[in-house]
Amino acid sequence: MRTLLSHLLAWASAALLSSAALANTGPLTHTDDLGRQVTLRAPPQRIVAIGPSLVESLCAVGGCDRLVGVDRFSNHPAMVNALPKLGGLGEVSLEQVLRLKPDLVLLTPASRLHDRIAQLGLPVLALDAQSLPEVRRLLRHMAVLVGAPERAEAVWAQMQREIDAAAAELPSSWHGRSVYFEVDPTPYAAGEASFIGAVLARLQLKNIVPAALGTFPQLNPEFVIRAQPALVIVGQREAPNLAQRPGWAGVPAVRHGRVCALPRADGDVVGRPGPRVGDAARALVRCVRALPPP
Amino acid sequence: MRWQPLALTLLLLALSGGLLLLGTSVGAQGLDAALWQAPSLVTELRLPRSLAAWGCGALLGLAGAIAQGLFRNPLADPYLLGASAGASLGVALALVLAGSAGGALMAGSGWGLNLAAFAGAWAALGLTVLLSRGVSHTPRLLLAGVIVGVVLAAATQGLTLLDPSTLRPMQSFMLGSTSLLGWSQVALSLPLLAIALLLALMSSRTLDALGLGEATARSLGLPLDGTRALLLALLALCSGAAVAQCGLVAFVGLVAPHTVRALGVSRYRWLLPLSAISGGGLLLAADIVSRWVAAPIELPVGLPTALLGGAYLLSRLPRGEAR
Repeated sequence: MRTLLSHLLAWASAALLSSAALANTGPLTHTDDLGRQVTLRAPPQRIVAIGPSLVESLCAVGGCDRLVGVDRFSNHPAMVNALPKLGGLGEVSLEQVLRLKPDLVLLTPASRLHDRIAQLGLPVLALDAQSLPEVRRLLRHMAVLVGAPERAEAVWAQMQREIDAAAAELPSSWHGRSVYFEVDPTPYAAGEASFIGAVLARLQLKNIVPAALGTFPQLNPEFVIRAQPALVIVGQREAPNLAQRPGWAGVPAVRHGRVCALPRADGDVVGRPGPRVGDAARALVRCVRALPPP
Repeated sequence: MRWQPLALTLLLLALSGGLLLLGTSVGAQGLDAALWQAPSLVTELRLPRSLAAWGCGALLGLAGAIAQGLFRNPLADPYLLGASAGASLGVALALVLAGSAGGALMAGSGWGLNLAAFAGAWAALGLTVLLSRGVSHTPRLLLAGVIVGVVLAAATQGLTLLDPSTLRPMQSFMLGSTSLLGWSQVALSLPLLAIALLLALMSSRTLDALGLGEATARSLGLPLDGTRALLLALLALCSGAAVAQCGLVAFVGLVAPHTVRALGVSRYRWLLPLSAISGGGLLLAADIVSRWVAAPIELPVGLPTALLGGAYLLSRLPRGEAR
């Protein structure tokens, strides 16, 4: 009996292994970030992706030629600009999506379109990334979708090299300095747990927002003032207003002119969790290097 | 429960004073003794923030009392005539234009979004008055206010969808925010409150008379149209200034006058200042809650005001039915 059972188990695991090996062609069940399962009979050939991070991740693993439609904000790599734009992130023209006859629709979990598109009989996956490990998972997911799982690790390794190269460019006098990264003047900050936080850690900067507070928490401004960050990274739009905020003139970064105002053009790179995190690291280093060194 | 108005005033002022003291003791680490240990935190951040939040709430409370008297409607609030929708549109426009030259000019002025919100609120109110062809016909005025509100809100939504980078700042504006208030906001809101209150008090007899009906008020020989225009301007001034500084704080303008009425005050001579004081206390309390419960993370101040205000209105509901 026991031998029969072990035989069965061995057979089952062999079957599982072989099905994984045949992933390129056979039906594959995907579980998305909403915990929903979608079985695709074959690797999708006509993909609609709504969300710049999704588009960039798919393209990074070589799935760009399978894209038939994207959202209005996706602009990288350049070839996606030629694709039909199906709308913003919230409102997408369902009619246009249907007309493109996609065999897979990729959305972010925050999108409200998930149910409606599934009702129309299209396979739909909701995927997202907030932290660096989640970016890796997103890449893996995309690589499996295009039937080339090994590509994800290659892209990931390249990203690591880019981040390391960028980090090497940062003068060592910055190492260990405290940093506050403001996503938005609400003020929302990028915490240690976010992908930006992970990049800052690789640049050997000390984030004042610990992981325990979440990825992008809304903070009491007093918290920032108390933390006395040596460096503040903020959008170009808000940079001139920092010194006028109550109590901020005394923050060391503001006092010593170490406020890095990210140009709007870099906003896309720094704001998108995806394969261009290496570019984001470069943009951050470029911005910080232009400041008076500590 | 009936209170002597003077005693009630003193009580509410004492309550606000207590809240102010608490407000200077609650910061990014919850309750602490920064008052003694780090006085600069208190003088630069907590005190101005608390005072400005109180001022904002007081402006809303006063505006609510004026609106309810002017429109003889207990559900009237400061946002009724489209001020909130106009302010939102102003902020959305400012955010979308922030990349351009005009936006940079505005950001450089240091007032930025506040100015945009204030201008938007005034423009919306002007449009409402224009559409209702003057201020003499109350139902027409209300209807025009609703229309302006709906149309401008739709325009705001459209702008926000156009540029999703404005989503987060818009959200914080819609839910109200007290986190970046400083002395400049105090310097604006408290004198404004004093002036508006003084002018409103001069019209309190008209507001009392309006409670008896427009015809009766007219028969008493009061200068109805002129006073009404003045009160409308005060309403716009108070709600516009409050919205510009604190965003769309919900419920304060609605609840504050009701609280005062529930305590037995009905004459506008007392209702106006007491609504202001209780509105200030309510928003300051909400501000303290918003920075305390999850410190150093902040909640939008609109959440506690809606919760406190909603709970209060609910508590009034059964008694109303029993009567």
